[in-house]
Amino acid sequence: MAMEALPPRRFDMGAILRDAAIAAAVALALALPLIGVQTIEIDGAIGIRTRFDAVAIGVAAVFLGRLLLKLAWTGIAERLGRIGSRAGAQAAAVVGDHSAISVLLVLLFAVALPFLPFSSPYLVGVATFVLIYVMLGWGLNVVVGFAGLLDLGYVAFYAVGAYSFALLALWFGLSFWQALPLAGLFAAFFGFVLGFPVLRLRGDYLAIVTLGFGEIIHTILQNWVPVTNGPAGILNIPAPTLFGLVFQARARSGATTFHEFFHLPFHPAQRVIFAYYIILVLALLTNLFTLRLRKLPIGRAWEALREDEIACRALGINPTTVKLSAFAIGAMIGGLAGAFFAAKQNFISPESFTFAESAGILAIVVLGGMGNPLGVVPAAILLVSLTELRELAQYRMLFFGAAMVAIMVWRPRGLLAHRAPSLRLWRDRRERA
Amino acid sequence: MTIPSEPPLLEVEHLTMRFGGLVAVDDLSFAARPRDITAIIGPNGAGKTTVFNCLTGFYRPGTGRMALRASGKLFLLERMDGHRIAREAGVARTFQNIRLFAGMTILENLIVAQHRPLMRASLYTVGGLFNLPGYRRAEAAAVEKARHWLDRVGLIEQADHVAGNLPYGAQRRLEIARAMCTDPTLLCLDEPAAGLNAAESAELNALLLAIREEYRIGVLLIEHDMSVVMEISDHVIVLDYGRKIAAGPPAAIRNDAAVIKAYLGEEESEELPPEIALDRSKGAER
Repeated sequence: MAMEALPPRRFDMGAILRDAAIAAAVALALALPLIGVQTIEIDGAIGIRTRFDAVAIGVAAVFLGRLLLKLAWTGIAERLGRIGSRAGAQAAAVVGDHSAISVLLVLLFAVALPFLPFSSPYLVGVATFVLIYVMLGWGLNVVVGFAGLLDLGYVAFYAVGAYSFALLALWFGLSFWQALPLAGLFAAFFGFVLGFPVLRLRGDYLAIVTLGFGEIIHTILQNWVPVTNGPAGILNIPAPTLFGLVFQARARSGATTFHEFFHLPFHPAQRVIFAYYIILVLALLTNLFTLRLRKLPIGRAWEALREDEIACRALGINPTTVKLSAFAIGAMIGGLAGAFFAAKQNFISPESFTFAESAGILAIVVLGGMGNPLGVVPAAILLVSLTELRELAQYRMLFFGAAMVAIMVWRPRGLLAHRAPSLRLWRDRRERA
Repeated sequence: MTIPSEPPLLEVEHLTMRFGGLVAVDDLSFAARPRDITAIIGPNGAGKTTVFNCLTGFYRPGTGRMALRASGKLFLLERMDGHRIAREAGVARTFQNIRLFAGMTILENLIVAQHRPLMRASLYTVGGLFNLPGYRRAEAAAVEKARHWLDRVGLIEQADHVAGNLPYGAQRRLEIARAMCTDPTLLCLDEPAAGLNAAESAELNALLLAIREEYRIGVLLIEHDMSVVMEISDHVIVLDYGRKIAAGPPAAIRNDAAVIKAYLGEEESEELPPEIALDRSKGAER
């Protein structure tokens, strides 16, 4: 990589000494009044005692400490930089060269996860959340990665999907499988509606308007109490069923439970595992769908629009329909993920659909690398596991920021930046020879 | 070269385009014949690119009519959106500052240009999702057409390379190939020879002449390179301050007093740029 090609950085001793001297001077200026002078009580009155020896020790400690820190840091930073860029390059090379094999391995692992020895309902639950974010990441990648339309309010479509699913299920008694596609269509419609006012906008302006749209949806969810039940949220959303079999200890009249039907003992984990497989299938379908779209005229038009809108127009491509289709398809995927989220949680409230969610999904897409949809997977794992480390809850944002900085330093175009062409003229180099 | 009775491909009448107080194009009328290369020349800021932007729908002209005859129909370009002008009337263009899809491969650039037929063949994405045979055939045909044009402009080897990494001259050729992939009736080229060396601009001349001969389409050309203009154009229109100051075959334009004045200021200028001085002396010999 580029960093290895650089000659090793030499220690600039003069600069380091100067830096340490400045640190010592600052320490002296601070320590003189703070440490050097102490007020003491002498017979009920306040007197002053000087402690210049302590000041000298402190200043010397600062000087030496700064010197050692600098020396160590120069070496560490250099080594870290080399390791970081090498690891990133290796990861990219592994995925690039053996992409079929590595994808298959990851897929096998994902399918087998609930039955692996170290697995637990908690772990499967976390994996379910990872997959929700993977799916959202792939949906947002259509809008941001392919079409290049920066959307800061993607969570709005997630919310529309979740609420429309909940209301369809509770008001009209639709089952999970009936309400799911309707929720997706509803979210797609919202994407279409949002698309119209922002057609003329690009870049920063588009980002601000989509941000506003996300906030509007959130505010509506908070305040439209007759429909959304306001901040209290919606309870008792029906869970997914397997061909009518419910995952409960005892079924309501007329329904059969999963464990009775298969003569298994009831276990709450069955429900968790079933939900995991649903989102796994949904996420995989999303991936197949978006990868296929990328190889179709519509997908290439999205990418062309990202590259140059004016050239698109000169080639007879209507930017309006291209943008609207990107918004609608991205929104549909977000809506489907939202519907699944509502069914899995059985409860939704506006709390789940804040700007932080939008930012998180966007971060997944950016961290993963916008050229390659597979990058979304490690990015989603990173983000969700940071959220799940409850002991570190206070430092979550700190770690998250550090991860962002690290990615931007070592892999500024995302974990997997390589963009594969949507079609090739030459299968490989040998064919040309 | 042209049959005089043939109706013109493009007729521009009284075209005027204002930007605030500035009149960029002032009451311009001209016609372009099919199978002709019509050059529009003029000093910097004469309004040449503005004419192109009006023709291709990027600007809405204040007044004027732009009528294009294509496949037996008459299109009034001043009433159409940019993408419809390209798609229905078949006006393709290149840009002064090259506008390729820089992050996509060369082949992809040419496939995007065939968006319309491919979109229809994919049944507006539904059929393409399931890779129906009709779409597969259309895609193969599109790749075949791209292959043909890559061969023509000498970029077949680099087909899968990213377009943005190509050298300048190759980017210009690719942009022309991309415009040709839309099956145009009128090809508008905005300074295609800018930044090309002598050998490259000779290649460009050959390519444009071949396009005119084989595809029998009209070519509208904005160019500063007089070696290109004088060698390949059938008809030259000279603009200055948005007005047409001369029109005719290249030989006549070369010696037109108004044109010389527009380019050089006064007739009796002592310091002519060498190539123009040479040009003039050559013209006098003829």
